[in-house]
Amino acid sequence: MENLLLLFAGTVLVNNFVLARFLGVCPYLGVSRQVDTAFGMGMATTFVMVIASVVTFLIYHLLLVPFGLEYLEIVAFILVISSLVQIVELFLQKMSPTMYRAMGIFLPLITTNCAIMGLALLIVQEGYNFVEALVFALGAGVGFTLAIVLIAGIREHLEIADIPHSLRGGAITLIIAGLMALAFSGLAGVV
Amino acid sequence: MSLLNDFKNGLWNEHPIFRLLLGMCPLLAVTTTAEYGLAMGLATLFVIICAEIVISLVRNLIPKKVRIPSFIIIIATFVTIVDYTMPAFFPEIADALSIFIPLIVTNCLILARVEAFASRVSLKRAIADALGMGIGFTWGLVLLAGVRELLGDGSVFGVQILGEGFPTWGIMGLPPGAYITLGIILAVINQIIRMRHKKTREVS
Repeated sequence: MENLLLLFAGTVLVNNFVLARFLGVCPYLGVSRQVDTAFGMGMATTFVMVIASVVTFLIYHLLLVPFGLEYLEIVAFILVISSLVQIVELFLQKMSPTMYRAMGIFLPLITTNCAIMGLALLIVQEGYNFVEALVFALGAGVGFTLAIVLIAGIREHLEIADIPHSLRGGAITLIIAGLMALAFSGLAGVV
Repeated sequence: MSLLNDFKNGLWNEHPIFRLLLGMCPLLAVTTTAEYGLAMGLATLFVIICAEIVISLVRNLIPKKVRIPSFIIIIATFVTIVDYTMPAFFPEIADALSIFIPLIVTNCLILARVEAFASRVSLKRAIADALGMGIGFTWGLVLLAGVRELLGDGSVFGVQILGEGFPTWGIMGLPPGAYITLGIILAVINQIIRMRHKKTREVS
């Protein structure tokens, strides 16, 4: 139990997916203009991460390993993830229109989010068992949400700031991300 | 003429990193030394060329509705090839790049070019575009990695450049260094573009 808590806290704060591992940087820079949308994106990503980690874990251990097909890992994972996102989208549309309205538009974007694929690959690489994989996925999602909501909050304030022309847009966002990564790396000793 | 334009497009006008902001994850993650940056660039170049060639050839056979999944499988096939070739020939580099080699499959640059370009044009133009984008991506990686290695280690491609007395910036090898360096490079490039615009306006 203690191990799992440490794994969770470590994934959220120390090995944050965006700020320490560079996974999911595209949505982090692209969908972080407003706190609301950033939060929606974070929730949608967390949701897909947890489901994807379960499904890819089962596929890897029940299908690829018994048949000696580990080399199909990349093809299998990417296919499963992209079809999974579609299914989740359809399912939400039917079952929970409110949730669909909240995060529906972000779901298609998640397919090419390397955080999901990276998560699936990391679980295999680190050899996590099922429960650990689940906790790891949840931590990754929460860490992503935390990072994207924080930067969206900062960027909302930047809207009214007088920034030199050539720094506007991507440049200043990257520098802020760097400062955030610096702040988060200060947490390395905590866990 | 248009072939040359397709090629040159990726080198500067629509540079995948500095203008389109695509492929950020591998860009930031692997650029601790110029060597790793170059390796990642070449791996991506290989995948994007093969993928654009194949997709341009079969573009009329793929039904519109399932085109994205088909593209992804084609890309994933070439990524798997790289993923298994790299450790066999360059085990040390493959170790350093770790999961970012399989993650070439989710590099939005490749899917974006394939969807926007290779699936619509002839083979020749697709190859020109792939070469331009791939080489553009590679020089971006090498530039960022070179700056980070120079300041973080005092060397470029392992060759010592700054003197022994140079206080190396440890932060350059860590994630914050990657973000901040790229931010500054982007700002410099924006500035160059703005100055050029001004010049052309003054002349005309």
